[in-house]
Amino acid sequence: MLTLTPILAITGLALVFGLLLGYSNIRFHVEGDPIADQIDALLPQTQCGQCGFPGCRPYAEAIATGEAEINRCVPGGETVIIALADLLGRDPLPLDADVGEPKPKAVAVIDENECIGCTLCLQACPVDAIIGAAKQMHTVVRDLCTGCELCVPPCPVECIHMEPIKEDIRTWRWPYPEVEFEPAREATA
Amino acid sequence: MTPPNQQRLWRFHGGLHLPDNKAQSLGRELTQATVPQRLILPLQQHIGEEDKPLVAVGERVLKGQMIARSKAYISAPIHAPTSGTVASIGPEPIPHPSGLVATCIVIEPDGEDAWAELPEPMDDYQQRDRADLRERVRWAGIVGLGGAAFPTSVKLNPGPNVRIKTLIINGAECEPYITCDDMLMRTRAPRIVSGIKILKHLLEVEECLIGIEDNKPVAIAAMRQAVTDAGLQKTRVVTIPTLYPSGGEKQLIHILTGKEVPSHAIPAQIGVVCHNVGTTAAIADAVLEGKPLLSRIVTLTGDGVAEPRNLEALIGTPVSDLIAQAGGYTNAVYKLILGGPMMGIALHTDAVPLTKAANCLLVASREEAPDPSPVRPCIRCGECARVCPVSLLPQQMYWYARAKDFDKVQAYNLFDCIECGCCSHVCPAHLPLVQFYRFAKNEIWAQEEEKRKAEQARQRHEARQARLERLERERKAKLRKKKEALEKKKGAGGKEQDAKKAAIEAAMKRVAEKKAAAAAPKNTEGLTPAQQRQVDNAEARRRAAETEGEQEK
Ligand code: SF4
Ligand code: SF4
Ligand code: SF4
Repeated sequence: MLTLTPILAITGLALVFGLLLGYSNIRFHVEGDPIADQIDALLPQTQCGQCGFPGCRPYAEAIATGEAEINRCVPGGETVIIALADLLGRDPLPLDADVGEPKPKAVAVIDENECIGCTLCLQACPVDAIIGAAKQMHTVVRDLCTGCELCVPPCPVECIHMEPIKEDIRTWRWPYPEVEFEPAREATA
Repeated sequence: MTPPNQQRLWRFHGGLHLPDNKAQSLGRELTQATVPQRLILPLQQHIGEEDKPLVAVGERVLKGQMIARSKAYISAPIHAPTSGTVASIGPEPIPHPSGLVATCIVIEPDGEDAWAELPEPMDDYQQRDRADLRERVRWAGIVGLGGAAFPTSVKLNPGPNVRIKTLIINGAECEPYITCDDMLMRTRAPRIVSGIKILKHLLEVEECLIGIEDNKPVAIAAMRQAVTDAGLQKTRVVTIPTLYPSGGEKQLIHILTGKEVPSHAIPAQIGVVCHNVGTTAAIADAVLEGKPLLSRIVTLTGDGVAEPRNLEALIGTPVSDLIAQAGGYTNAVYKLILGGPMMGIALHTDAVPLTKAANCLLVASREEAPDPSPVRPCIRCGECARVCPVSLLPQQMYWYARAKDFDKVQAYNLFDCIECGCCSHVCPAHLPLVQFYRFAKNEIWAQEEEKRKAEQARQRHEARQARLERLERERKAKLRKKKEALEKKKGAGGKEQDAKKAAIEAAMKRVAEKKAAAAAPKNTEGLTPAQQRQVDNAEARRRAAETEGEQEK
């Protein structure tokens, strides 16, 4: 009897902890972040398709499977390439020459006097940034527009143009300080 | 035994003893500046959301009339500083490091100085609801006049579960050259003390400490007298040693209470609220007289101006006007700085107006504001860390900011840096350290904003994909049903008539539904108020265009 008590106690404890661990494994299970999700999180979500894929997510998946290089995102530019290189442990590459030149950020603007309300741009916009109904004037919600330009070609009356975002006191940033070390000292530094 | 007016003081890490250069502007009496030809009022003079104009070009405005406001919680309205006509609303140069223009309301004064109807004075504020008092301060457009420009009403509302123990009044004015707070304390101590009384009631605090650096004996005496005259209990004027930057909010709190405001926290979280003396006087004006913030005291000083002095000027007065009233420029003028030599920003033009938070115009000579010396690489001397009042490691932060490694620079608590400039001041390699910190802070904010936008775009894109897929499924399901119905029809010929009728009815119903759907704009779910407003405006324009078109017909 005396020897049985500790054995029972230990077994009981083992059982309790085993159940506890098992339960927490189910209850607090963390979904492993698939690599494509992590890549997608770094892409700017412009959905412009300039990378040659129909949106950011497909490009992220292509990078994940090794189908595409990390240097095809035009709006993301250098920042995104460096971030992707960091994530994947690769060397950063210069932006692929095939995908086009980076442009200043812009938003689409619909000329409300010209718009005939055909809804073609509405169907083209990947982020539902255009609001309107058939035969009624359409409007771009500035804040939602990613500047992908996908709505420009479908417009039959060419009333959509891209307006570069102007620098104002809200978007202005302190520049990177230009420091040039004294030449004589740098040699010894 | 400690004497009654002396209390224990603490010392913050580092700091600098700087030549204070305050005598120049204190030699002349405080004077009222004249009303200029044009008052330029930027819509953004505070931290937070930009105001929207409430007046139109050509409209007559009265002194004290609210001319711009925002509905956002963190914002402060703007009032007409005198009576006159709105001459324009549009871009004007403003005091900003970028040198860019921003939207301003320009008023041409009519010389009558006719007041608008003001809200009633609240002499009986002790009996008033605290929310009403806060609302009054909010209405008055008061912001932190020490230079921070944070809307004061927000600071008066620490939240339901926060108990404020100590009110601190900041009269330290630690930055060299600046004397506007000194002047205010010398000339209007009773007003400040009235403000303290209101603040004590509003924040339900017992204890109040007024911190003033020991290089302002006249101001200290005036404030002591005013506190005694008012019979204020548990309110002490505390003389603190002159040491830059003792006027920093967290530094002053530490000097007076020994408490540390934790990283990323605000003072209210440790039971302290701190207000500048000028702000406190403005609160008294708003509550006791119903007057909004229309003017402020500003120091004009430096070798570049003939008669350094303090002026009480209307908000919106062009800097050029103020300099003219301080005797104009001397030949020594080299640089125009808004604020002091340590934290001020260089102005690109004197056409910019005086704003609410502008405490000093330093018209500096070449000696006072020398060009940056040639820089050398960091020699790791550690001087910067020795003087940093926040106990940061400026050298490390510089290193990572320069390498644009923003995660690392944040790990070194970049956002606790108060940009006091002590580190740059002592750096023997003359590295523009603070510029690197400003750059890094801006870049991190911009990246966060971009991330937020990307996330929004991703969600909207996913929602759209899901919707398109659903529509496709529904279309297919309908097709299938039609096929089935057709097959059934083949089987049972007798019911053909009825089925036809039903089909026609269904088609008509579909058309009606489509019509109804067409009238309602799409993509209108999950919009922010600002976006909704833009949509509503577009809708209004569209309606207007429609009715116009009909009239033409
Ligand atoms: S409005 Fe045009 S440019 Fe903007 S996100 Fe939509 S499709 Fe792209
Ligand atoms: S003071 Fe200048 S040189 Fe010395 S460690 Fe700091 S950054 Fe380097
Ligand atoms: S500017 Fe920032 S890092 Fe430099 S001394 Fe001041 S608080 Fe410290």
